Amino acid sequence: MTEALIYGLAGAALAGCGTYGLLTATHALGRILGFNILGGGVFLIFGAIARRGAGAGFGGDPVPQGLIITGIVVAFCATALAVALLLRLRTALAVEAQAGHEEETQP
Amino acid sequence: MNALTILAVTVPFLGLVPLFLLGPRAGERAGLLMLAVAAGVSLAVGLCVVRTGQPQVYFSGGIAPPLGIALRADGFAAAMMGVCAVVLLFTGFYAMRQPGGAEARMPPAFFMLLLALAGALNLAFMAQDLFTLYVALELLTFAAVPLVCLDGKVEQLKAALTYLLFALFGSVLYLLGAVLIYGLYGTLDIGLVAAALVPHPPEWTFAVALALISAGLMAKAALFPLYLWLPPAHAGAPPAASVVLSAVVIKAPLFLLVRTWADLAPDALAVAAAPVLAVCGAGAILFCGVLALAQVRVKLLIAYSTAAQIGYLGLMFPLAATGDAYLSALAWTGGTLHLASHAFSKAAMFMAAGLLAETLGHDRLSGLRGAARVAPLSIAAFGIGGLSLMGLPPSGGFVAKVMLLTSALRQEIWWIALVVLAGGLLAGGYVLRVVVLALQRAEGEGPQGRECRWRAAIALMLALGAVALGFVPLAPLSFLSIGRHLSLEGLLP
Repeated sequence: MTEALIYGLAGAALAGCGTYGLLTATHALGRILGFNILGGGVFLIFGAIARRGAGAGFGGDPVPQGLIITGIVVAFCATALAVALLLRLRTALAVEAQAGHEEETQP
Repeated sequence: MNALTILAVTVPFLGLVPLFLLGPRAGERAGLLMLAVAAGVSLAVGLCVVRTGQPQVYFSGGIAPPLGIALRADGFAAAMMGVCAVVLLFTGFYAMRQPGGAEARMPPAFFMLLLALAGALNLAFMAQDLFTLYVALELLTFAAVPLVCLDGKVEQLKAALTYLLFALFGSVLYLLGAVLIYGLYGTLDIGLVAAALVPHPPEWTFAVALALISAGLMAKAALFPLYLWLPPAHAGAPPAASVVLSAVVIKAPLFLLVRTWADLAPDALAVAAAPVLAVCGAGAILFCGVLALAQVRVKLLIAYSTAAQIGYLGLMFPLAATGDAYLSALAWTGGTLHLASHAFSKAAMFMAAGLLAETLGHDRLSGLRGAARVAPLSIAAFGIGGLSLMGLPPSGGFVAKVMLLTSALRQEIWWIALVVLAGGLLAGGYVLRVVVLALQRAEGEGPQGRECRWRAAIALMLALGAVALGFVPLAPLSFLSIGRHLSLEGLLP
């Protein structure tokens, strides 16, 4: 069993866990976490592919390594956007509940 | 090398930076100006493709793939760029404040998001590299999600979150597919991968990668059965945002789905996968079409109609995968023409629905009687846009459907012909429901108010644009086949 294979299998396991979480979580935060675990798994697989493609004295193929960094930045932005939306939704729901409560108390 | 292609991507992105510094009124004007400039650049790229008859290629930094990144505008890409640029520009005018009026119709962020969409769309249409395409798709999502929840209402935020999660799941699947392809061939350039496939038949891993990429793109394009996020997101957004979401945003993943199976996949795989895509398309047309008939709000009806109309592109795949060059080109032209005419007619219909909601104060079908008296231009735009959806002549939708039908009948694929016809009937049902109700005399006093005429005229112009597409000849367009078959000659400097 080579190093790259172990990392690849670990990535596949992470991707599986993430997909399961993304599809079955009932709360949006759980889905966002699932997306992150899935993304982590995909990046790990890409890393294993980089390792397998090592040549010319490098420890790994540099192209996937560069792409993984970019991918992590994009996934991080996506997570930030999703969490920001979730926070706005919570505030909006609280405001709505407040308004509903006031209407009830002032007939 | 043509630098216009890279300008089509950078001009909109650079153009949105100064908008952060300007006030709301100046920002709106500057945003419209930049949109017009960006549309000019996109159309100029199209003109270059027409005049030279060659795809326009640009290598970033002057380095060719596999080391560099290529941008390449072929006929298909240039056509989609032109359509999207025109719709975005018209939407900008539709959303601007009343000339001389003080009140802003849309927050300043709207115009920045329009520019971001323009840049991301152009990148998605021209990029030749699977990872650059991933970035383009993510940029598109990041610009489209805020458009869904511009007003910050609870329903909008919920729809935006669902949309974002669907889109993110789609992009991770897409990325996994791209990663597997890199592992197989050591390059992400579509042309180089396709060239590497010619001497060796693909391994099964390649088929898995293509399936992952397709599933990801289907989630982003809301192709049946992954359409669930679309209706609440498109119907809940402010009208001007619904226009761009429905008319242009979903076109980029659909375009890439076509690119995946036409340019990346070898013919044998494309033939094998085509029936699956066609069944998804047929499901969209029939299932979402019936759901559209059952809606009680105009905007939801139009949103379900979008989910249904996407399906025609799915039907195109088995028709285009035939060995007969003429019938394949005919299906190809029909599918592209459908994308273009759907963009125009859906933009016109969402604009009209927005004006109706403003005039009447609601968009319920039950309260639509007498609407044609207070909003005649809006109803005209809705009806003429709907003409193209139904596939009645003269309209782009008619020509597109005739091409798909001809190709299906000549290849004797009967069930596709039946689905195309049934889809037209369903579209007729939901469009006429709105128009007939609006033309009826109202009981009692009827609705009051007056539509905003110049904005209704913008909607009408887009609807007439969909009609004008109906005057193209009923034959494969040579423009669309420019640069269709990727060869290494075009990619090497």
